[in-house]
Amino acid sequence: MSLKLDNVRKSYHVPDGSVLTVLNIRSFEMGTAEQVVLVGASGGGKTTLLNVISGISTPDSGSVLVDGVELTTLPEVARDRFRAERIGFVFQTFNLLPAFSALENVLLGMSFSGKGASRKRANALLDQVGLGGRLHHRPGQLSVGEQQRVSVARALANSPSLVLADEPTASIDVKNQEVVLKLIRDACTENKVALLMVTHSPDLAAQFDRREQLSDFNQAGSVE
Amino acid sequence: MNLATIALKSIRQRMLSSSLTALSVALGVMLMVAVLVIHGIVADMFNQRSIGYDLIVGAKGSPLQLVLNTVYRVSQPIDNLPYLFYLDLEKQPLVEHAIPFCLGDVTEQGGFPLVGTTNKYFELSYAPRRTFAIKGTVFRKSLDAIIGSHVAKENGWKIGSQFTLVHGGRDSDHVHDEKFTVAGMLAPTGTANDKTVFIHLKGFFAIAGHEKPPEEAIEQLQKFYPDDPRIQQLERSDFVDEEEEADAGAHAGHHHHALPDELKEVTAVLLRMKNDVAAIMFASQLENESPAMAVNPILPMRRLMVDIVGNVQKVLLVLTGLIIVVSGVGIFVSIYNSMSDRRREIAIMRALGASRGVVFSIILVESILLCFGGGLLGVAMGHGLVFIAAPYVELQSGILIDPLAFEMAELYLLPVLIAMASLVGFVPGLTAYRTDVARALAD
Repeated sequence: MSLKLDNVRKSYHVPDGSVLTVLNIRSFEMGTAEQVVLVGASGGGKTTLLNVISGISTPDSGSVLVDGVELTTLPEVARDRFRAERIGFVFQTFNLLPAFSALENVLLGMSFSGKGASRKRANALLDQVGLGGRLHHRPGQLSVGEQQRVSVARALANSPSLVLADEPTASIDVKNQEVVLKLIRDACTENKVALLMVTHSPDLAAQFDRREQLSDFNQAGSVE
Repeated sequence: MNLATIALKSIRQRMLSSSLTALSVALGVMLMVAVLVIHGIVADMFNQRSIGYDLIVGAKGSPLQLVLNTVYRVSQPIDNLPYLFYLDLEKQPLVEHAIPFCLGDVTEQGGFPLVGTTNKYFELSYAPRRTFAIKGTVFRKSLDAIIGSHVAKENGWKIGSQFTLVHGGRDSDHVHDEKFTVAGMLAPTGTANDKTVFIHLKGFFAIAGHEKPPEEAIEQLQKFYPDDPRIQQLERSDFVDEEEEADAGAHAGHHHHALPDELKEVTAVLLRMKNDVAAIMFASQLENESPAMAVNPILPMRRLMVDIVGNVQKVLLVLTGLIIVVSGVGIFVSIYNSMSDRRREIAIMRALGASRGVVFSIILVESILLCFGGGLLGVAMGHGLVFIAAPYVELQSGILIDPLAFEMAELYLLPVLIAMASLVGFVPGLTAYRTDVARALAD
């Protein structure tokens, strides 16, 4: 089992004093190396869900089990380490550091895990995503499609068990969206990594065997 | 990829502002290094170790004044000592060497102070393991002169150059008739000797008008030898031919014939004692038994160093310290202002698994690298400044500065800078520590 959520609730205080519940998930599961797409409208809690699964945020209640580890009971430092070692992130805006080359961005992803940075593996990953010849280019010198490829290589750098992709193709032109999506999926398949992608695009979602509407299992959205 | 590499990348990303903040530290450190090196040189100048004799004997008065006019050739002599007293000092068993020292007059060209002494002055080392190097010869004739390196450079004098003296000081217009000839030139010593013109003691006494009126000289002599019946019986008529004086008319007081020893005077006598204990014993003995005093130059100079020069140095050090603190504040402002732009970067690193402690450390390391890099540059620039300025300072002031001089206090500079960097990096580091990752990524 890659991921198991039970009775996860997450709420925020809003400026008018009321409480906005963003997540209220009774149950959600993903198998090992499974690829799942969550479809939901903007503001539907997709990003909050990914933050809770990755341990960036903690839920108000409930259980978040990733790769057999209960994240909600871990102290923050342990969650950070867990995230570094077991979870890969692919962001909508790539989130590469502009001062670092493609290779250094991948190495940076490795630096925060206990495994240490392996230049050989970083080279191999960039080669795998088709950037073997552009290792030393900075993000500003790469196209958006190439930048997202770097971010995919970075997500896989520490051999995670789960990759979280937050609208990974939203910033890419339509022509390249399918290419990047295929790259992410193939890379995850090849590395036997589970993939949870959130998107608002039904067309992209159609390519996944398992598609979930977030609103189907997230009962949140009510102002209390 | 370690923290320093990540911090360096961040510095490179903001190259202009990083360079300027590091440069501000470098300038502060450069000034601090220059002040420290000059402080060391000045302290050395005022240290007795840089003087080749143990005691200075002079007329009773201010010890500081005696040292100032004997060692540094500034200020006016207090009073003179009888020449006979110098001859007596030379015979004392505790005394290894006694060197007569007559300060008076200046050169007509350049107004350099004149010292009448003997060749022995140049035989003794002027500082530990440093002996005078003379180009040319020592005194051979009474009107021979040996000039300091700065005098030679300023006046353009060479061996064989002739010059005249002005009586009394720079403001006087009475030029002596005697023409002195440069026989030797001293290599630079970094001491007041560089700016001094030395003439043979015999030549000094030969200059007209250098003797006191006989009555005053006899009175002074009798003070020094109250128990010597011969001296107590001396009278003016023993030295002055009344008829000859009447013939001289307007030239009264300008005797051009040889002075008797009883009328000769010296400003001071420099003593090299047989050992340190002898110096202390002899100074005390002289203090009690004669109208002269013997001063260990270290004491008044050390007091002067601590009381005046030391305070000036302290003020300079405090000022340059403040400059460094201000540049530290500059680093703080620079890093702190960059934090809002870097919220996202920090959030990305946190999302990739960097702990709060790691992002805090990255900011701290960045601050330390800026301060340390600026500090190293400043140390290099400070020594570069001293290196470049040394020949000019020597030319202008005669002070010899070792271009490669290094002060131990400099070793404290870099640890202090690291401490300051940690301090100024703390608040921006805390901002990084507290970054709300989810919110920063969403922005």
